[in-house]
Amino acid sequence: MTPLLDVKDLTKTYGGRVGCTDVSFRLYPGEVLGIVGESGSGKSTLLNCLAGHLPPDRGQVIFDTRAEGPRDVLTMSEPERRMLGRTDWAFVHQNPRDGLRMRISAGGNVGERLMAVGARHYGEIRAQATDWLGRVEISETRIDDRPSAFSGGMQQRLQIARNLVTGPRLVFMDEPTGGLDVSVQARLLDLIRGLVRRMGLSAIVVTHDLAVVRLLADRLMVMKDGHVIETGLTDQVLDDPQAPYTQLLVSSVLQV
Amino acid sequence: MSDYNFAYLDEQTKRMIRRAILKGVAVPGYQVPFASREMPMPYGWGTGGVQVTAACLTPEDTLKVIDQGADDTTNAVSIRKFFEKTADVAVTEKTAEATIIQTRHRIPEVTLTEDQILVYQVPMPEPLRFLEPSEVETRKMHALQDYGLMHVKLYEDIARHGEIATAYSYPVMVEDRYVMSPSPIPKFDNPKLESAALQLFGAGREQRIYAVPPFTKVVSLDFDDYPFDPSKAPHPCALCAAEDSYLDEVITDDQGTRMFVCSDTDFCADRRAAQEGEAA
Ligand SMILES: [Zn+2]
Repeated sequence: MTPLLDVKDLTKTYGGRVGCTDVSFRLYPGEVLGIVGESGSGKSTLLNCLAGHLPPDRGQVIFDTRAEGPRDVLTMSEPERRMLGRTDWAFVHQNPRDGLRMRISAGGNVGERLMAVGARHYGEIRAQATDWLGRVEISETRIDDRPSAFSGGMQQRLQIARNLVTGPRLVFMDEPTGGLDVSVQARLLDLIRGLVRRMGLSAIVVTHDLAVVRLLADRLMVMKDGHVIETGLTDQVLDDPQAPYTQLLVSSVLQV
Repeated sequence: MSDYNFAYLDEQTKRMIRRAILKGVAVPGYQVPFASREMPMPYGWGTGGVQVTAACLTPEDTLKVIDQGADDTTNAVSIRKFFEKTADVAVTEKTAEATIIQTRHRIPEVTLTEDQILVYQVPMPEPLRFLEPSEVETRKMHALQDYGLMHVKLYEDIARHGEIATAYSYPVMVEDRYVMSPSPIPKFDNPKLESAALQLFGAGREQRIYAVPPFTKVVSLDFDDYPFDPSKAPHPCALCAAEDSYLDEVITDDQGTRMFVCSDTDFCADRRAAQEGEAA
């Protein structure tokens, strides 16, 4: 089976300081990979290099494109990368304000990716936006409201709808439940898990919150000081951690 | 004897502006940066258009200047006087007699010809600015033809008003490549952007020049189920009875009596003269 994403020796340093070093992994279709670690572990740097927001120093990010099969995203032209970014890829930011247009209505936010790839029928765009608001449990009556009038949890759900409307094959999520109340987090996680399973999405979820990966991720990568120090099936890593650092990480969450 | 170089600007500056114009003609709809010069009039008075006109003028030209379709507004009069003084060119109010027409907010009603240049004064050249404040990002969007956002704006219009409510500066796609602002002309004028005349756009404060060469394809953006509608007031001109011209509402007395008349004063006057001729 061809991996959806094949990452080889990805390295990023900031003027001598290590962001991430020699990270390699494969992600198969339908799989959710969790990347955990404390702040400064390199997990966010890695995510941003994968998603094309940061140029890595070296390495390859090979994506199995629909049209041409496996291609190194890092050597694609900018138009190709942008097209990927609004069709097959999606990025859910921790802060919904970074992923939403706050001056545009909820419907316009969801419809933007459709229009970016050529949708030109208002009625159909609106119908799809309505459908997607429903799927993320936002009332249809809010379709013309701006996200600034929404709660944090609603904003995050809107960001997810806006990202998933084009049926992406790979979703990057950066602390998707960060900054939300615990009860809101639980509902959001349930929703994300349902969408991921129903759509058969492949996803890479970066978080410091082990409860998030316990619920969402099939496999885990544990990072420390820019290195991957442990990988495995999620239950296996969380229930029987091998690396001393992972043991520490797991035990600290158990105390919560 | 004039104290100025012909048309005020020095020859080197005019060459620089002509290079920007030529680049604009070569890449229709693309905003070419240029080093806008201080002009002896405030920004907002059409300094971009004035510089483009200055770079195009020759002593043989006949210049017409209109503001909102009229030749006799303060802005139009002062620009016309400026070129009479600095270039000593012939001026006219007759659209058909002009070789260069500088305009703000209108395209003349009379169909322009291949022998004419229409110069627009542009306050805000960037059609994406309303949605994307970053210049770096808008340039990238143009470069990559990443124009989904433009339709988001139209989507928002329909969601809020039930129709595309944009009545001025209605965005167009030029030659299937660049999204362009036609400057704040009424959308009624958009169909006239496909013209035999050379159209040049100058933005002074924003330092941009762009162009629509003769016979270039210019399409107003829309949705399949909300097609572009140039629309006009549902009555004829009260003075010349024209049913196909763009009308301004004017108040005619202290009682607030209103009437609708052609915004293109030369067009209206011509029609009335012809009607009087027939009656005589
Ligand atoms: Zn009239």
